[in-house]
Amino acid sequence: MGNMIKIGMAELNVCLPPDAITTLGLGSCVGVVLYDPTQKICGMVHVMLPDSTKIKNNENRAKFADTGIEDLLQRVLALGAVRRNLVAKIAGGAQMFAFKSDNDMLRVGDRNVEATKAKLQELHIPILAEDTGKNSGRTIEFYPETGELLVKSVGKTPYKI
Amino acid sequence: MAENQIINEMQFDVLREIGNIGSGNAATALAKMLNQKVDIKVPKAALLDFNELPQAVGGEETIVVGILLTLSEDVEGMMMFIMKIEAAYNLIEKLMFMQVDRNGSLDEMQMSCLQEIGNIITGAYLSSLSDLTRLTIQASVPYMAMDMAGAILSVPAIEFGKLGDKALMIEAEFGEDAANEIGGYFLLIPTMASYDAIMASLGIG
Repeated sequence: MGNMIKIGMAELNVCLPPDAITTLGLGSCVGVVLYDPTQKICGMVHVMLPDSTKIKNNENRAKFADTGIEDLLQRVLALGAVRRNLVAKIAGGAQMFAFKSDNDMLRVGDRNVEATKAKLQELHIPILAEDTGKNSGRTIEFYPETGELLVKSVGKTPYKI
Repeated sequence: MAENQIINEMQFDVLREIGNIGSGNAATALAKMLNQKVDIKVPKAALLDFNELPQAVGGEETIVVGILLTLSEDVEGMMMFIMKIEAAYNLIEKLMFMQVDRNGSLDEMQMSCLQEIGNIITGAYLSSLSDLTRLTIQASVPYMAMDMAGAILSVPAIEFGKLGDKALMIEAEFGEDAANEIGGYFLLIPTMASYDAIMASLGIG
């Protein structure tokens, strides 16, 4: 059994087998995994906001989908991942509260998912699996040995994507 | 206001004091609802890294009830009241004179009871803030969700995340003892402009 590497909000890290990498209680944030299945190298970032260029306070690059995914890419490549092998799995972006208004501030989950997908497309990294949107929180665990992303929600049976 | 630092010590003290007064008002409102004496402890205020927010309520995967209101007019932003699920069960039992199935989900009546409590508690805090600052604060209807603390707190954390990497959390404890705790935590998340408006109206720039 390997260790479970934990990342918090606006953090990123990389991971090799037999370890696994997790982030707990994703709400409107998005967990992005980049994975090279041949080298079994992976990394995860927990992004909170879609776009670093819209925010003045943007020193923490892992906080944003655009800069966070870029940095994560550099980290997995530095560890020996092969660029063309890379695939992504994403989860999160829930709308935690059932707002009736369409206030933009409150749709941040959707916007995080959109920005994540746009960034991955720009980098030509295919999304292999996703569990996004809806209205419940998720804990996710990624196992680079198998390439499986385990998603756990309250009151639901954990499942793999 | 320095860009890297959301609030200075003096501003922090002011917000904590508003927290004190607000929790006092909330406890009074709660005592009326429960028709019993409700003790309050001095609220703890802490300026936390948003990563530390879920830790403050027992960890990312702790099940909590979150009640969220959006604010408009002079102060724009959000206000959130969070309580652990045990505290929510305790409150429902006291208010509705019933036993709650602590493993099951809450029914509609119980949910709306909690929502109303959240409304009263956040209302008490907001009216203190409004009185002290003489700013008009309009709150939305309360939105409620029950889920992992990390997920619930991601909503205010994201709003705070736009300003910086810290959030002000006020822990208000009511109730007789730990076993019967009916306390919770609140978070006030003004937008940058509203934050400045609050400070300016209190005479601290």
